[in-house]
Order: sequence, then structure tokens, then C-alpha cells
Amino acid sequence: MVDVLIVGSGAAGAAVAWSLAETKMRILCLEQGDWQNSSTYPSTGRDWEARRWADFDISPNRRARETDYPIDDSQSAMKIANFNGVGGGTVFYTAHWPRMHPSDFRVKTLDGVADDWPIDYWALEKFFEENDRMMGVSGLEGDPGVPPRHPPMPPLPLGKTGTLYGRTMNQLGWHWWPSDSTIATQDYEGRAKCINLGHCTPGCAQGAKASTDITYWPLALRAGVELRTRARVREIVTNEQGMASGVVYYDAQGEEHFQPAEVVIVACNGIGTPRLLLNSISSRHPNGLANSSGLVGKNLMLHPWPQVRGYVPERNDGDHAPMLSLWSKQFYETDPNRDFVRGYTMQFARGTGVVTEAVTSMSVGALPWGTDHHRIARELIHHRIQVGIACDDLPEETNRVTLHPDLKDSNGIPAAKVDYKIGENTRRMMEHGIARATEILEAAGAKGIYTSRTLLNSPGHMLGTCRMGNDPARSVVNAWGRSHDVKNLFIVDGSTWVTGGGLNPTSTIQAVALYMADQIKQRLATLFD
Amino acid sequence: MTATGLSPSENRDLRRVAGLMVPASTEYKVPGADDPKIVADIERSIGRDMGEIHNALAALAGIADLDDAAAMAKAEAFRSAGGPAVAAFERCVLQCYYRDDRVVISLGLEARPPFPKGHVLEQGDWSLLDPVRKRAKMWRDA
Repeated sequence: MVDVLIVGSGAAGAAVAWSLAETKMRILCLEQGDWQNSSTYPSTGRDWEARRWADFDISPNRRARETDYPIDDSQSAMKIANFNGVGGGTVFYTAHWPRMHPSDFRVKTLDGVADDWPIDYWALEKFFEENDRMMGVSGLEGDPGVPPRHPPMPPLPLGKTGTLYGRTMNQLGWHWWPSDSTIATQDYEGRAKCINLGHCTPGCAQGAKASTDITYWPLALRAGVELRTRARVREIVTNEQGMASGVVYYDAQGEEHFQPAEVVIVACNGIGTPRLLLNSISSRHPNGLANSSGLVGKNLMLHPWPQVRGYVPERNDGDHAPMLSLWSKQFYETDPNRDFVRGYTMQFARGTGVVTEAVTSMSVGALPWGTDHHRIARELIHHRIQVGIACDDLPEETNRVTLHPDLKDSNGIPAAKVDYKIGENTRRMMEHGIARATEILEAAGAKGIYTSRTLLNSPGHMLGTCRMGNDPARSVVNAWGRSHDVKNLFIVDGSTWVTGGGLNPTSTIQAVALYMADQIKQRLATLFD
Repeated sequence: MTATGLSPSENRDLRRVAGLMVPASTEYKVPGADDPKIVADIERSIGRDMGEIHNALAALAGIADLDDAAAMAKAEAFRSAGGPAVAAFERCVLQCYYRDDRVVISLGLEARPPFPKGHVLEQGDWSLLDPVRKRAKMWRDA
């Protein structure tokens, strides 16, 4: 028996494990994946780009490691990206680090759509700051586009590409600022500073990029938390009192175990978490655990993310630096003069590697076969600039995660099926962003402009499928992550989000997780009341 | 069947099409993608794409025995048909071609992995931020 059982060791699970460790409770985390070895990350070998389509593919279906589970995303306008292992998705992200804005928590009040969150930005502010210190954030204070924050390290250099973007945005009179990033620009808490390997997303061999396996977990383990890898949870079990009594999981050999616990905390992301709850059926919970509202799995938000790219005459930074360098909040807040509400963050990317450029350009007909191949290739490689449009995603119940009737993982556990369509408000937002990004690229002197309306297998933001709220009929968990139905069951990951915001979610996922852990600590004596 | 999973005829067809896709160039001093070393790398690296590569080579069967004009026409028909087999075939060729030392060096790059040497990134012009610093607060309080 343990006091607290956490399922999932990624962004949220790691933060909660570390935060709760000070209680001296017996805490166990079960993780279906492995510890990662940075000396085997793609950037250590000559095949570093090719491995993005192999064992480091962002899609679990193509990556298909033993530690992955399949997801049927054939009925989704966006494909699912994730990573399974200690650190979860933080091993496999770009380290871009925006926070949700205060307005993101009040969308009903301010813009008349979706619902307000039961918590606000200011309740989270100290946890944002704590998390920035724990993850190690580089950035620059003074940005008029976002609330004040205090990154502990200076920002990533602008480089050639960032300078071009900055000059262009000033010419247009639009906001831009160096992005906050969890890439260390100085040696920081045992992490070596960035040396511009360039391929940050599939794991950082230098260890400069923060992932929870090298930030939260070493501290949590030292404080006494146990982390058990290759432990794939099949279901959460409840007792006659309607409380969670523990979980059933499979070890690496496929042996079934029951792990009893006083408290169960789920942190498996916006797809893994509803999958687990929907698989936890019993006579008391025939529609899945914590699902009296019927909302487990519904309101999935995936963040549509158009990309517009073009090619400038001068050679730029290409893939010789972290991919993302700047953001713009020019179009983030609602403007009544537009034909949509809410807004988006613009992200400015430096370029791509040689192989990626060749493959992506040939796939859209920009790089020919035959004798002209070499001349065109040299006009493209390290000449790309690219603007991403991180669109706010509003909840719709028809966008959902359900259990697949046939597909199962290697342990025979039913897989998740994703149904997702892009809403009309978001489509208008996407087109607005694409038009603005095109203006930016043209002003920068780019030619050969190409728009990708939805990225294949990206961005990997899975939100909203176990939303928080004060009304048990309209939400799955309360404002501090406790299930309305099962009083010792908590959900602390991005599935609790009420709305999606127009930005990368990891900073806010972790701030919310730390807030929930803090609430648990404050309420220990009355936790189940 | 060869040790890499392709039959001898598939190997010949793959090599022919790779050379049509990326021919050798004396101007840029690079081999074609039909260079034996590159083709060997392609065959070794097919991995997860083996099914689609078999599909692609089925569509291209016999191309190695055609004259240049007929081979190009067959390759063009294959490419214009599109689909996952074309995407996989192009990716398998390009991911190996563009990591060959001779090709990488011809592009003005170092033939090495990013780690451990990394790269140098210039700071850039931070004075460009001066007008942005003067802007009023843009975010909505709530």
C-alpha cells in the first residue's frame, strides 16, 4: 500500500510528485515507458534527422516502441503526437514556454464563448514562477505582450534569423519578443548550457533543454518518491465505498499486478487519461470512472497550428540553433473588428535541417526530381523562414476520445480513438493568421511561400477531456483536480483544461499541477470530504 | 531477397529511380542518389517504410531495364500519382542522400552530427527591441 499513487511521469506527474514529496507520504509513480539515455538521442549520430521518422517519430503509431500504445486518429483533422517514457512529452517538445494569459481563464465573461475556468491566472502566478525556476527558463523581462514574469536566465540569442524577423516586425509595426524557453543559456542546476545542436525536439543530448527526467525527477527521487518504469496501468479499481483502492498494471514481462493506494493521481495527458478512466469500468461505473457527467473524453482540444514558410535570398541560421526564437502577441487578444473571437500566438522558427528541407520541399513539389534538383536545393537549404500560428482551440463535445472497439495495445488494453474537427471560429482565426504570416514573410523578402494549414503529427497538445469546474454535471474534476465522483481520485494534467489558449501549454500544465498539489497539501486533513 | 529485404530486381529498380530523382552533378561535385554507397545506405535504412517501399517498387517494376526516356516517363507517372508509397520512397532516398559526406560538404556544411561540437549562434541586433519596449501593455487583465 502506498499513500499516493501517480500514473504518468511527464510534465504534470513529475511536478506533483516533487511537490507532494515534502509531505513525507509514501509516493509511487507508475510509468509505462523507460528512462531516457541522452547519449543515444538523435543529435549524437549522422542519422539524426532520419530518426525523426523512426524511433523518434512524434507519432506513437509510427514510432511504435514497445512502450507506446496505438491511437486511432484516422477520424481526426490533426494527428496525435506524444512520447512515452520518464519525462513524457517534455522529452519531446520544442521547449517554447509561453504562459496562458489572464484572459484565457475568463473566455465566457470576456468573449461570450465556452466557459470560464474555476481558477484564474493570479491564483497560478506563484506556481508559474516556481515552475520557471524548477524547469530553468531563459527569457527577457519587459515584454508588453504578456504579464510580468522573471526568467532566471537570459534569452536565447536572436541570431541571423531572429534579427531578420525583428527588423521585419518593426517595419510592420507589430509586436515581437524573444520567446521564453526551457533551454538553458547558462549552466543551470546541473544542466549544461545550450551549444546549439539545433534538434531540440526529440531529446537534447547536451541536457540543456529541460525535461522532467532531468529537472523534477532527480529531486523527487532524492526526496523519497519511488518511480517504477515499464509499468502500464490497465485500470483504476474502486471499492464498495466508491473510493479508488488502487490500480491494475502490467510489468515489462506482461505480469499483472495490483497496486493498492490511498490516493490515485492520474497524469497521462489529454488522451491517455480519458482512455484509462474509460477502461476503468465496473458495475458501479459502467460508463467509465469519474464519468457521471458523461464528459470524460469530450471537449478534446488539439491546437490547430498552421505554418507558413518562405525562402529568403540570404543564408540564415537554419538548424544550427534552437528552432524557435521569437513570439508575437499582436493578435492574441480578442479584437471585435475581426470575424472571430480569441486569438493566436505567432511563433518564429529559424529553419530546418538539410534532410527535412529536402523531404518537405519535395513532398509539396518545390524541390524537383532530375537535373534541376541541385540548383533548387541550394536555394532552399538554410534559406527557410517559417511562422507558426498557435490558434486558440475552443471546446466542443463532439471532439472526443473514446475507446476503440478493436484496436488494443501490446497488453491487450483497448486503445483510444480520436474524433476531432476544427471549429468554425478556429478556421477563421487560422485564415487570419495565415494572411498575417504571409505579410510577414513577404515583408522579409521571402519567395516560394507555402502554407500548411494543419501540421501532420503536431503539435502534440492534448487538452480538455476531463475538464475542471464547480458543477459536477458540467465537469469531471473540481478546481483543484479532485474527481467529483471519486473523492480520492485526482487528475492533474492538461485534460483538466476548460479552454485551450493559443499557445504551447506545458508551462501552464505544470503551473496548474503545482497548484493542485499545493491544494492537496493544504487540505490533507479533509481531503476526501 | 537480399539481406536488406529487397529482391535483386527491386534493388536494381530502386537504384535506377534514385538516380532519376537525384542525378550526379559535375557542376556541384556531388554523386547521384544511385551511387553504390548511398544506395546501400538507403537499403539498410528503409526500416518502418519497407511495406510502402515494396509498394513503390511494385509500381516501378522493370524500370531498370527501360531506356532513359521510357524510364523517366514511368518515374514521372509514379510520382504524379502521389500517395504514401511516393512519400516513403522520396523520404528514404533523400534522408540518406543528404547525409552522405560528399553531399553535405558540397552544401558548405560539416560532415558530422550536431553533438558534441554544436554550433555558434550570433547574438544578433538587440537594439531592434527598443521600439517594442516602448509599447503599451497589450494583454487583457482578468
